Amino acid sequence: MRIASKEISAVSLVKEALGKAKKYEDKNIFVSLNEENALRKAKEIDEKIARGEKVGRLAGVPYALKDNFLSKEGMTTASSHILEPFESPIDSTTVKKLESEGAIMIGRTNLDSFAHGSSTENSYFGVTKNARSDERVAGGSSGGSAVAVALDIVEFATGTDTGGSIRQPASFNGVYGFKPTYGTISRYGVVAMASSTDCIGFFTKSTEDMDLLMEICSGQDENDLTTLPDYYLDSKIKPAKKVGIIKDFDNDKVDENIKNALKEKVEFLKKKGVEIVELNMPTLKYALAVYYIIVPAEVASNLSRYDGIRYGFRSSEAKDLDEIYSKTRNEGFMTENKRRIMIGNFVLSSGFYDAYYLKAEKARTKIIEEYENAFKQVDFIITPVSPNPAFKIGEKVNDPVSMYLEDVMSVPINLAGVPSLAIPAGKTKEGLSLGLQIVGPRRSDKALLKFANELKEESDA
Amino acid sequence: MKYIPTIGIECHVQLSTKTKLFSEVDNDARGKEPNSCVSPVDYALPGMLPRLNGEAIKFAIRAGRAMNCEINASSRFDRKHYFYPDSPKGYQITQFYHPIIGEGYVELPDGKKIRIEHAHLEGDAGKLTHFDTYSLVDLNRVDTPLIEIVSMPDMHSAKDAHDYAKALWRLMCYAEVTNGDLYNGNMRFDVNVSLAEEGAAELGTRAEVKNLNSFKSVERAVEYEIKRQTKLLEKGEKIIQETRGWNDATGETTGQRSKEEAKDYRYMPEPDLPPINLSSEFIEEESKKLPLMPKDYKEKFTGKIADDTLEVLLDYPALMKKLAETKDVKRVSNWFASVLLAEEKSAEYLNDLPTAKQLDDLSEMTKKGELSSTGAKEVFLKFFDPEMGKRETKVIAKELNVIQENDLGELEKIVDEVLANPATKQAQEDFKNGQEKVIGFLVGQVMKASKGKANPSSAQEILRKKLA
Repeated sequence: MRIASKEISAVSLVKEALGKAKKYEDKNIFVSLNEENALRKAKEIDEKIARGEKVGRLAGVPYALKDNFLSKEGMTTASSHILEPFESPIDSTTVKKLESEGAIMIGRTNLDSFAHGSSTENSYFGVTKNARSDERVAGGSSGGSAVAVALDIVEFATGTDTGGSIRQPASFNGVYGFKPTYGTISRYGVVAMASSTDCIGFFTKSTEDMDLLMEICSGQDENDLTTLPDYYLDSKIKPAKKVGIIKDFDNDKVDENIKNALKEKVEFLKKKGVEIVELNMPTLKYALAVYYIIVPAEVASNLSRYDGIRYGFRSSEAKDLDEIYSKTRNEGFMTENKRRIMIGNFVLSSGFYDAYYLKAEKARTKIIEEYENAFKQVDFIITPVSPNPAFKIGEKVNDPVSMYLEDVMSVPINLAGVPSLAIPAGKTKEGLSLGLQIVGPRRSDKALLKFANELKEESDA
Repeated sequence: MKYIPTIGIECHVQLSTKTKLFSEVDNDARGKEPNSCVSPVDYALPGMLPRLNGEAIKFAIRAGRAMNCEINASSRFDRKHYFYPDSPKGYQITQFYHPIIGEGYVELPDGKKIRIEHAHLEGDAGKLTHFDTYSLVDLNRVDTPLIEIVSMPDMHSAKDAHDYAKALWRLMCYAEVTNGDLYNGNMRFDVNVSLAEEGAAELGTRAEVKNLNSFKSVERAVEYEIKRQTKLLEKGEKIIQETRGWNDATGETTGQRSKEEAKDYRYMPEPDLPPINLSSEFIEEESKKLPLMPKDYKEKFTGKIADDTLEVLLDYPALMKKLAETKDVKRVSNWFASVLLAEEKSAEYLNDLPTAKQLDDLSEMTKKGELSSTGAKEVFLKFFDPEMGKRETKVIAKELNVIQENDLGELEKIVDEVLANPATKQAQEDFKNGQEKVIGFLVGQVMKASKGKANPSSAQEILRKKLA
């Protein structure tokens, strides 16, 4: 590491990161900067090194925190109005683990309010602009984190992926974005969106960095009963012999640039002697419908706690208890939050539960089975992340359905709980980033990162 | 026309686990500051996830077994949504679809069996105190573990309802899953009452009286509902399906909200908690830990203790348990029933009962005549003395100076002294002349001379011998 070898001080690294963050202020990447704390911590690390004390594996490394992770430093907003003001008394498990290795949070990044969205346009604090173009969206919901890494402000950034919220912005900005197997990283202390699909992950510039972050942050957590027993470090890795492509995703809705990028990777793999298998996964076309039943149901439920009673925003207009609820929630939530709350409450309401939620759960089981079958035939699957590169700001805001269609290739993976890594895959003629994703069976996370690394090194060579 | 009442009861039992159902915060908020037993999970901060208290699972197994219920190998939690400040999460975590406790039954004293439909685990709500223009919220009780026991509609009278509530209370106390303090809401009853014409194929429309916290109020509420509904039906009016509140002062129920406008709880599986899967070995092992039940004690003591005493003592599991450890259950049960329970501080005393050895010694000394019944009572009460209570029975008796003189040689000397006293000459004469009553006077003199320590019947025996 550059810092431990005294090549460069933690303070200067943090200063450099903060400087860049300010330079790109117009991109609206950060909700808040953590200047004072970051500099104090950097100084402490430099002093430790000077005294010859042992420091962590991420000592002095500046990172950006998606603003839906609880941290004792500064306010946690989830880019919403309803959490204003909210100062957390605790750190999320991920923050705790990163900080115990010496990583330094320089700021909290913008997201679609409560991670509801695919463009970071639904933020109470305004849209985040794409790293490559000011006219284009950053993607979402972890738009701020993706751009912070893409513009080299920080070494890495945290993200959450409920239906593509890490992978899509990663591919829109040309960085790596990893959504691990469900339950690999603790969700404790991360503002919940949909409990059964929420995954914690990262944005990095290399698969090696991603691997290190996984080593540090993965593992069972007694505070999150849905975490899996530790497996990441002991993963067995075999070379990939068969890779699948999904026929059902090859249609005219997919942008030519992305089709070509996929073709190139497939050709490269063939040359390497990897067998390419065309998979039929006919259930995947129902995934989006299933997703937009299960996720809003969990969203509506998880957002019930924001009621203006105990913390955060309370409407000053409220005159009685009913109004504390209705006015606080009406003023505090964004349109997209309210849309999902309404869908969720509708599908859970008495008389509709069986027709929607229960049926969706059954379909979800089919989707899981379809992935299990696919991974009996292949080691990994390679597909686009989204059907198109970054779209224009404002292009889809008034068309929620076309916005939801952004997620068509990413949500099945969340429903199945399998890991997926978005990898950079070149650029369009106009310079927009392109991305693909590699999907593996449950708990193949380490092997998947290894495979992605080989893919990169040799294709660049 | 004759109407047959049908009654079903839902009962919430607060479990006396060390920590809460979903967090590691103290579950015993008695005497504590409001909002002092609240973790970030109970407070529902963003990003908080429930943990699961394994002790509550064990308690649920015991409670289920006490009611002869099946324990389900697989159960899981659901969310029940509603907005109210007593519910920080905006939902209650309960078991709507797959409860942990399955079918069973509770037997009433008259032999009737009331079937249990199921029972499930859930978290309790907080408490609101209302003032003129505002309300205060105390979240100490949030997510205290509860089991909600749902009976089948197998009861048909106010007495049935009363007996069921009481039987259930006893079972839960004996199973050691609750403190059983009804006054403080450790058990709360919701009673469903409906009336149907005799011989009707279907049950009538029911009204639910919520939040009753004594057996008496259960009984009275059912009585009132039967009268109220009978009147309405006789007038040809319809019963509305509704929730009613109980006013203990007036002895009436009043309508609160009808089911038509009732809330939709939008149940859904709790995604933050994996299913509870219990192996049959685990269930078996926990079932074995079920302590003796009221019926076991009844079997054990019937014939040895007076029936009415036994019935009184059965309300106190601690006394039954203690009694089972002692040898002379007749004597000890009398001290329990007529001395201990008559004390003002009896509730306090129940928490720190004398040892079996202390009680056995007390029985033995009484039996031997070393203690009079009054002396024994005095010693028994001293067992609860914070200073002396832990000492040996004999030591306490000596301290109180209540041991009766049983040394016959010593006693004879005292008798001789009394007989030698000129003041008793006349009485001795009278006795010899056949005036039986005077013996009492002489015994009294012996008692006096012995400073009350003589055993009166021994004294009398010696006197008679000497004067024969």
